[in-house]
Amino acid sequence: MVHWSAEEKQLITSVWGKVNVEECGAEALARLLIVYPWTQRFFASFGNLSSPTAIMGNPRVRAHGKKVLSSFGEAVKNLDNIKNTYARLSELHCDKLHVDPENFRLLGDILIIVLASHFARDFTPACQFAWQKLVNVVAHALARKYH
Amino acid sequence: MTLTQAEKTAVATIWAKVATQIEAIGAESLERLFSSYPQTKTYFPHFDLSQGSVQLRGHGSKVLNAIGEAVKNIDDIRGALAKLSELHAYILRVDPVNFKLLSHCILCTVAARYPSDFTPEVHAAWDKFLSSVSSVLTEKYR
Repeated sequence: MVHWSAEEKQLITSVWGKVNVEECGAEALARLLIVYPWTQRFFASFGNLSSPTAIMGNPRVRAHGKKVLSSFGEAVKNLDNIKNTYARLSELHCDKLHVDPENFRLLGDILIIVLASHFARDFTPACQFAWQKLVNVVAHALARKYH
Repeated sequence: MTLTQAEKTAVATIWAKVATQIEAIGAESLERLFSSYPQTKTYFPHFDLSQGSVQLRGHGSKVLNAIGEAVKNIDDIRGALAKLSELHAYILRVDPVNFKLLSHCILCTVAARYPSDFTPEVHAAWDKFLSSVSSVLTEKYR
């Protein structure tokens, strides 16, 4: 089980409380597809992904980004039970979606960069540390049921 | 991995701003690196890594100035960083995984300081550029 210090929990929940899940989620997913274009392989059915502008404005990207980040909220709400929180999603990503777990790490790092750009100087190194730990734990939990 | 003209422009535009705060941005990038990835401190047992330390600021400047050289010679990063490449391969031997970690922390620092300039296109260009720099610095490892 992951141990979270009181400070780490506080840094995570206070940042999360100010996150606009729809905007942040859309931006994180869009940046993933723009910065690491090979990740578009999972979204062939999403329509126009031909340019950064197209990707940022693509309604399916925005909706899916919101969905993914909302799911992240479950981790924030269940910091002491992330493993079980993501058990079903882990099986889904392996058996149905066939997503290489490396992509969870890529998206986690992109999310950190989005948070840094939104919260600027408030996203201190200590904040980044707590969030890097969180995205690692989530990525790990999502990869856990792979076989 | 080659940079397009648009990417080179994006790199240079941000660099112009970063260049005005090399020491602060260098120090913050390293601070984020050592804080988020404590294992990276193993390469600096001889340093005072406390926030704002003289060594942290000095080393941060050194690292960012080298990146500045790469920006100035963006069409020949390999040539510009040849000596540094040998240094990392034969003397420093920093494990290649750490270049990604530092690149990520530099991006976080730039994103936090210049949020409105750090558009997705600029983000992509810088990620690719730092990846290029990292490749050059590790290409003589074996």
